[in-house]
Amino acid sequence: MNNAFIIGQYVPGESIVHRLDPRTKMVVIFLFVIIVFFANSFWSYALLAVFSLACALFTRIKFSYIIKGLTPVWFLIIFTFLLHLIVTKEGDILFRIFTYPVYAGGVMQGAAISLRFFLLIMVTSLLTLTTTPIEITDAIESLLQPLKKIRFPVHELALMMSISLRFIPTLLQETEKISKAQASRGVDFKTGRVKERIQAVVPLLVPLFVSAFKRAEELAMAMEARGYQGGEGRTKLRELKIQQRDILVFGVFALLIVGLLFTRA
Amino acid sequence: MDISFKNVSYTYQLNTPFEHKAIEDMSFNIPSGSFVAIVGHTGSGKSTLIQHLNGLLQPTAGEVAIGSYRLTAEKKLKDLKELRSKVGIVFQYPEHQLFEETVAKDIAFGPLNFGVEQQEIEKRTAEALKAVQLPEGMLERSPFELSGGQMRRVAIAGVLAVQPEVLILDEPTAGLDPRGQKDMMEMFKRLHKQEGLTTILVTHSMEDALVYADHVMIMDHGRKYMEGSPQEVFVKKEELKRVDLDVPEIIQFIFKVREMFPTDLNYHGQTIPELAEELGRITRGDIHE
Ligand SMILES: Nc1ncnc2c1ncn2[C@@H]1O[C@H](COP(=O)(O)OP(=O)(O)O)[C@@H](O)[C@H]1O
Ligand SMILES: [Mg+2]
Repeated sequence: MNNAFIIGQYVPGESIVHRLDPRTKMVVIFLFVIIVFFANSFWSYALLAVFSLACALFTRIKFSYIIKGLTPVWFLIIFTFLLHLIVTKEGDILFRIFTYPVYAGGVMQGAAISLRFFLLIMVTSLLTLTTTPIEITDAIESLLQPLKKIRFPVHELALMMSISLRFIPTLLQETEKISKAQASRGVDFKTGRVKERIQAVVPLLVPLFVSAFKRAEELAMAMEARGYQGGEGRTKLRELKIQQRDILVFGVFALLIVGLLFTRA
Repeated sequence: MDISFKNVSYTYQLNTPFEHKAIEDMSFNIPSGSFVAIVGHTGSGKSTLIQHLNGLLQPTAGEVAIGSYRLTAEKKLKDLKELRSKVGIVFQYPEHQLFEETVAKDIAFGPLNFGVEQQEIEKRTAEALKAVQLPEGMLERSPFELSGGQMRRVAIAGVLAVQPEVLILDEPTAGLDPRGQKDMMEMFKRLHKQEGLTTILVTHSMEDALVYADHVMIMDHGRKYMEGSPQEVFVKKEELKRVDLDVPEIIQFIFKVREMFPTDLNYHGQTIPELAEELGRITRGDIHE
């Protein structure tokens, strides 16, 4: 049960990807997500695939672990592929499954779309694998600074995010603890009819909500007791600074875009 | 039910970078009807260990036997529910598991899940409430408007109402005031005797282990460090110190007396009044000479 929660969970490390400025990683990945949709030829896809694999290698996280983290989305990727096989009716008929024709166009498109999907999810998961939630929040706060001009509550948003992120593991722990306690009292979460399984959630949810509210109240009290008043005039413990390696990454990424323009059909 | 562990290990999140070995190669026996205390530092694997006893966790190596039930790494136990009706666990801060509208419903929740009949449930609810020394008038109140200590008693009643043969207590007195702690331990002692339970107490308190248990197991970093009767275990000052545990106060006191006065005073399971009397005899003897 625990294993399912690991998708994109931060893996501590010292690799260059870990040490990049989180803003660099976010901007690069954001742009990557966009340019993936511009790939349309074999070589352009190959280029993107090489780039993503290189990124994955540079994280120094075991590749098998990254792939395993994607387990829940494999289903979607394969489903996309099959869907294209079935509905696309372009090009020559490659072969028949019983009597159902499979077209070359379907295979090509299916492969392309699922590859896109795979690259997108893998690269995005690299962000969360190598960046702590706190760094991500800091990066978002910093990237959204311009919005302050139009009175958008950037600091409050970041605070809300970091509090939520901070409490996700706590909530998961609490869920595990309470579900174990109720399982000991004879609740069966895993088998039984749908109605029974839905009913089994009540003894889990009620205590979870009770403790979440209690925690929220305590946290608010503790913050007020320590004089928290919001973002105005507040300094940061961890300052984000762009380093040489960040510039290098942007350079490489610019080359990738150029390469993509050349290899597009 | 006799309980035995044979070379049991448990690793959390096996085959991930977060692998964490919580229990390593533990072997021991707990005969039916005994009162065992498991003592060890935070993180030494006590809670992990007890979760094997009703199949919440399955060992990643070795074999756990509870009565006729067997848990191994390879095989999933089919009648888990049956096992769970015989092994009751009172988790740390059990009041967090309360969820029903009334105390009566919450206590009845366990028996209901295990298929006990309505009439029997009502009888058990009343008995369990009495066992935890709460007034009957409390049955129709919401568990959430009770005090912390009362909530904990309700949660414990919910476990007792299932009428388990083995009762496991994970730091049951944590966070209670000293008086509440003593009351609660006395309650478990009474239940242990009355119901002929096998009781396993996980605790930080050397004092409780000394007073209530007839067998003590010390854990350190997921391994069994020492085992024996309280009299045997708790006089080993040096060994205990090595795993940052203290000798119970009464034994510390005896050591101190021996250090300062030439006497062969010994710990042999006496209570504080008995020790006082013994000291009285010795000192009176001195005066008379
Ligand atoms: N659900 C879990 N996932 C991963 N590690 C855990 C989990 N529960 C406990 N651990 C780890 O296992 C070790 C033993 O924990 P635990 O059995 O709770 O010890 P104790 O009850 O003696 O304090 C600790 O190092 C703890 O961090
Ligand atoms: Mg514990």
